[in-house]
Amino acid sequence: MNTPFLAAVAAIVAKDLRAELRSRELVSSMALFALLSILIFSFALELNRLARQEAIGGVLWVTVAFASIIGLNRSLAGERDQGNLDAMLLAPIARSAVFFGKLAGNFVFTLAVGLILLPLLTVLFNLNLVQPWVLVVLALGVLGFSVVGTLLATMTVQTRAREALLPIVMLPVALPVLLGAVRATTAILNGAPLEDWIAWPQILVVVNVIYLTLCYLLFDYVIED
Amino acid sequence: MADASPLIETRALTKAYDLLVVLRKLDLQVRRGEFVALLGPNGSGKSTLLRLLAGLTKPTSGAIFVGGWEIPREAAAVRAQIGMVSHKVLLYENLTALENLRFFARLYAIPPAEAEARARARLEQVGLARRADSLVRTFSRGMQQRLSIARALLHNPDVLLLDEPYTGLDQDASLTLDGLLRQAHAEGRTIVMSTHQLERAAEIASRVLILSRGGVGYDAPAAALSGLALAAEYTRVTSLAVSR
Repeated sequence: MNTPFLAAVAAIVAKDLRAELRSRELVSSMALFALLSILIFSFALELNRLARQEAIGGVLWVTVAFASIIGLNRSLAGERDQGNLDAMLLAPIARSAVFFGKLAGNFVFTLAVGLILLPLLTVLFNLNLVQPWVLVVLALGVLGFSVVGTLLATMTVQTRAREALLPIVMLPVALPVLLGAVRATTAILNGAPLEDWIAWPQILVVVNVIYLTLCYLLFDYVIED
Repeated sequence: MADASPLIETRALTKAYDLLVVLRKLDLQVRRGEFVALLGPNGSGKSTLLRLLAGLTKPTSGAIFVGGWEIPREAAAVRAQIGMVSHKVLLYENLTALENLRFFARLYAIPPAEAEARARARLEQVGLARRADSLVRTFSRGMQQRLSIARALLHNPDVLLLDEPYTGLDQDASLTLDGLLRQAHAEGRTIVMSTHQLERAAEIASRVLILSRGGVGYDAPAAALSGLALAAEYTRVTSLAVSR
């Protein structure tokens, strides 16, 4: 008899949050990387207001994408190196509960870094990013990265060159998420009318549903030796 | 202590990684209450066999039964009966000893009040009750391995699988581990342990198996063996494998 699915997911999420609140290893390394990235962007791109409006969506999402890769690598490597992934798989829980548990943790950590970035970018680029629709797009984009990244990091963490391999396999797969998120964010910050860009968040929702379904179906195979 | 019915059974079990055949048509029966020491050189398939029995990897062909349930088809039912200890400690360093046990209790759907009582009892049993609220990263290797045993016993499994549990332990920690394993065996658990420590295997196990060339090269009750006699058999079996 399996442990109820939601109870297993909740246990894994609670464990990840507790360990992270105590050690702050993941969020601090992701946030530090993100902070340095946007500082470099802000110094390197001395742009006028119009050019900043065009570029800032890309700056935000490139930073979030690479910060999420750092977090994903460390999150799954920690499980693998101590053998904890095996310990979870030994328990009478659905394999997909491990996927959704790790996914939820990765989503929360990456979203936290994204939320830290928004006011910082607002100050550095003198453009208001703390807007409701930007937050919606941020949540959708981060969810997409977390879904794809959790599955792929589970695969790459079993290899020797895991840190180099994850971005190589993840970025092409996550391209639809990156594209949708950048386009939507840029349009929102340019003050474009809703009907001009609402298709992008809708595409993000569809892409997320497709990726979530695929990753759910594939996780059992990925986790096998 | 052991009764006649096999609790663990493999039939023509084969496991291959691409072209490398690690286990070849292995037929094995372990009776309830036995303490089996699994010996063999590196690469002889000890860890692979334990991972197969735990349902962590799938066989290439053949069948595995634990408690009458077939792996991997009925793996969920088997997992609830199995506890595993590895040379990796399978613990979270940034959680305390008690938090680790609470987490694994939730994965095994043990009700919170019962989980708390069981976790504290297991910590007491392995001599870590006073360090219940210490982070695992502050533990020595021996303490981590004792906590690992507490984790593996938390859900009262019938079967304990141990993959080189003595790795990295000093003399005192090894003796403590001996005591814990004897206690687990005395409680009626069936134990399968891989190890390179021949003398220890002859001393604490009830049966000794030497894996060689993907199969069982030697199988005898441990009571009939001294450490020296087992070492001689080990050399004979493994050198035969090399010379073939």
